[in-house]
Amino acid sequence: MSVWTLYEVFVRSKHGLNHKHVGSVHAADSAMAIENARELYTRRSEGVSLWVVPSALITASSPDEKDPLFAPADDKVYRHASFYELPEEVGHM
Amino acid sequence: MNTQEDLIQYLLLLGDTALVQGQRLCQWCGRAPAIEEELALMNVGLDLVGQARNWLEYAAELLNDGRDADDLAFRRDEREYRNLLLVEQPNGDFAVTMTKQFLYDAWHYQVLEGLCTSSDTRIAGIAAKSLKEVTYHLRRSGEWVQRLGDGTEESRRRMLEAIPQVWRFTVEMLSGSDGETRLARTGFAADPARVAAGWSQQVATVFASVELPVPAAANYFYLSGRRGLHTEHLGLLLAEMQYLPRAYPDATW
Repeated sequence: MSVWTLYEVFVRSKHGLNHKHVGSVHAADSAMAIENARELYTRRSEGVSLWVVPSALITASSPDEKDPLFAPADDKVYRHASFYELPEEVGHM
Repeated sequence: MNTQEDLIQYLLLLGDTALVQGQRLCQWCGRAPAIEEELALMNVGLDLVGQARNWLEYAAELLNDGRDADDLAFRRDEREYRNLLLVEQPNGDFAVTMTKQFLYDAWHYQVLEGLCTSSDTRIAGIAAKSLKEVTYHLRRSGEWVQRLGDGTEESRRRMLEAIPQVWRFTVEMLSGSDGETRLARTGFAADPARVAAGWSQQVATVFASVELPVPAAANYFYLSGRRGLHTEHLGLLLAEMQYLPRAYPDATW
């Protein structure tokens, strides 16, 4: 168990939507990770597709860099695409 | 024996085998090597208990003697149980558990696939529903056999010990009762010869993929789950499973 790899699990709840991160599982290999993810996260029709990714392969931003990375330039309104109206038929975008 | 009687025996074979295997798997609760694996084992177990309910409900209706599926599960003694001998064997280590599971799943898959076209529509319906679950069970247990067989030195050693330990019980997967053969002729049951051939091929393929030797075909011996002649392990399993409803017949929850 201690040597099993940690995998992050992504579930797509229906066609057309994105895969969303739902949690993680331990597994000996990626095939087992898919099965373990299925047992934990999709037994009640929660999804139509699963991705698993070894957690170690994910590069994450550091909380210390919060300001430089994420603080928005609110005074530059042209950066925000808020002036367009989306037709109903476009759906999820 | 008439068709009705053959059919009841067949439904008991399917239901009891699923039920006993489900009960065995649930004995891993709290003891599995990882929480993910424990969940998976319990899920497979619960699938099988659900399937057993479907088969036993049908059997109870045909028996028509006032007993329901719960009575069949909890108030029959081992001599009246018709499950395959393989599934009543103790869990042993994880290699034994997965070897048993795989050998059973491979048989179960073949049987259900045959039953999807049963001339009895109720059987065909239950089989189609169960086959989806069992396709997954077989994939999972097959991968475990490969993973352990081709894993570490230790896991391979354990697989090589596990297979001969339970192999003799597979004799029951290679042949059916006379009743099953009769039912198969009228399209009610899965053809035992086809099940045996499909099972042998599936097992040979998975074993060969990780160079696990397939033992010679098992020989007949004096015990037979189909005739209610069980190993000593079934009585203990039933004692645990049936204790509560037998001790407190009026219990509800």
